[in-house]
Amino acid sequence: MARIDLVDLAHSYSGNSSDIETFALKPISMTWRRGGAYALLGPSGCGKTTLLNLISGIIAPSRGKILFDGKDVTPLSTRERNIAQVFQFPVIYDTMTVGQNLAFPLKNRGMPRPEVEARVAQIARLLDLTANLHRKATRLTADAKQKISLGRGLVRSDVAAVLFDEPLTVIDPELKWQLRSKLKALHRELDLTMIYVTHDQTEALTFADTVVVMHEGRVVQSGTPAELFEKPAHTFVGYFIGSPGMNILPAEVRGREARISGHTIRLNRAYDALPPGANIEIGVRPEFVEIAPPASGLLTANVDRIDDLGRLRFARVRVGEVKIAARLRDGFSGSNGAVGLKFDPSHVHVYADSRLVEGAA
Amino acid sequence: MDKTVNQKAWLLVLPVFLLVAFSAIIPLMTVVNYSLQDTFGNNQFFWNGVGWFKELLDPTTDLGGRFLASLLRNLFFSAVILAIQVPLGIVIALAMPRQGWQVAACLVILALPLLIPWNVVGTIWQIFGRPDIGLLGYALNSIGLNYNYVANEFDAWATVIVMDVWHWTSLVALLCYAGLKSIPDAYYQAAQIDGASRWAVFTAIQLPKMNRVLLIAVLLRFMDSFMIYTEPFVVTGGGPGNSTTFISIELVKIALGQFDLGKAAALSLVYNLIIIIVCWVFYTVMTNAGAERRVGLKKGVK
Repeated sequence: MARIDLVDLAHSYSGNSSDIETFALKPISMTWRRGGAYALLGPSGCGKTTLLNLISGIIAPSRGKILFDGKDVTPLSTRERNIAQVFQFPVIYDTMTVGQNLAFPLKNRGMPRPEVEARVAQIARLLDLTANLHRKATRLTADAKQKISLGRGLVRSDVAAVLFDEPLTVIDPELKWQLRSKLKALHRELDLTMIYVTHDQTEALTFADTVVVMHEGRVVQSGTPAELFEKPAHTFVGYFIGSPGMNILPAEVRGREARISGHTIRLNRAYDALPPGANIEIGVRPEFVEIAPPASGLLTANVDRIDDLGRLRFARVRVGEVKIAARLRDGFSGSNGAVGLKFDPSHVHVYADSRLVEGAA
Repeated sequence: MDKTVNQKAWLLVLPVFLLVAFSAIIPLMTVVNYSLQDTFGNNQFFWNGVGWFKELLDPTTDLGGRFLASLLRNLFFSAVILAIQVPLGIVIALAMPRQGWQVAACLVILALPLLIPWNVVGTIWQIFGRPDIGLLGYALNSIGLNYNYVANEFDAWATVIVMDVWHWTSLVALLCYAGLKSIPDAYYQAAQIDGASRWAVFTAIQLPKMNRVLLIAVLLRFMDSFMIYTEPFVVTGGGPGNSTTFISIELVKIALGQFDLGKAAALSLVYNLIIIIVCWVFYTVMTNAGAERRVGLKKGVK
């Protein structure tokens, strides 16, 4: 287990390109606490697997350094870094039994037999693989194979970190939930630093203490699930996390007021020092926009449709050309015409060029 | 619910039927016919029943003795060929580059021997090994090795084996290379992370993943080496003595040299049968190995 520091780390797949914008991973510096459960969240191609492979040493960075507990490991091979990684598709050794598969990483490091057996038995018990320990691994289902891969990642107790690269892609949805909560339990029990790559927000938010959101090769925000939800640092985070995503509306902001199509929305903070020339938007989650009967003082909108998500109902409305999602209270019987929108001022954020602007109190 | 009866369909099958009849069934039945008869020329045939087969399978007779001796030579030859070519092919495949222009270069170089006709290969080595004008033979003799494939049995065998290794190892190497290329990178990355040694990567990942192509390679190389004719015929002509007379060479001697059509026909049928049985065994083993894997997937444990 180790603290992992990334110092100005960047990677380009096209050799020695000097144009940062073309990099798969733009320079980042950040610290991963020891024993933390992290999720790297982002859409396909945002650089999260690249970042993971840089940490495990499968690829060497174009620039920057990686420190494990303050020690520079950048030039070290994967083997020397002592790291575990689980891949998207199950990797099992065909000729071995389930038990031998689990023991493989330990045997390769010359651990004495009794210890290997004890550790394998423990991991097999945690992953419900005990009954299959003596079966050939090739004979199992994809689910069971991926459990073996997970087990091989978790079997070493001395690793700096365990990295998961979308490990539940091939698993049935029902089993996915089970395995995810199991991983969370394993994290507590085994006390390992875990980094979990996924493009599924539910997966990230349920697994991790800290979610790191990536977008186009950059880390746009890193925080607890609550922080990501309540105060997205980037419009992408607001839009990507939450279902439906945050409403991002072009607006004119002056002082404590934002204007959208001639209507004024009150803000909780004062925004006097906005960068000139920047593209100003306000962001507000659908949960904090309420549909009300049309009234003066409310922004008037037309209802397009109503999405019933079971426990919650969201209305998709339109103000001019701008589409907004808004929460529909239980008793509100949706009229299919004009409605008013009530914004909760404490949850309206202001963004300049997609980045959050902290207003003055 | 009457079935439509339409005999015209036979017309559509007829061309294939005729083709197969003329290309396979009629020639084969001619051989079967010969194998049951004896002739003293003049196109006069006498019924001999299974006489030739009895003689063939009885090693005390001349025919049976020759058949057994050449069969043993064939089996030994195939065993040596497999023992050399399969490991060598794997080693070559492992040593080949994975990307870049070197891949194309290696593939072309490897494929070259495969493109040369059998009798040309034989001629190349026949000249190459001659002690008077051949580069190999002359060089070996100049450094003090008394090498002469015409006079010495061991030299003749060595020449035939080296020639076959030169000609066909590429095939095994190319098949293995294809097998290696199909292994996803994740396996190598996982092995790296699991701290596997180079040898462990080979035994735990590469060899198991290659086993299907290896079965094909072994099958092809066994059949081909078991049916070898042209190259040793060109190089040694079956000699010195009978030391490199394989079944096929014996067969041609009996059929065309002695014009013993009945004996030759019986021999070729048995020869054919051996190859078909071996193929069947290989095929069964291969399909069973595959079926086992599929069944295993279905009944996996929750």
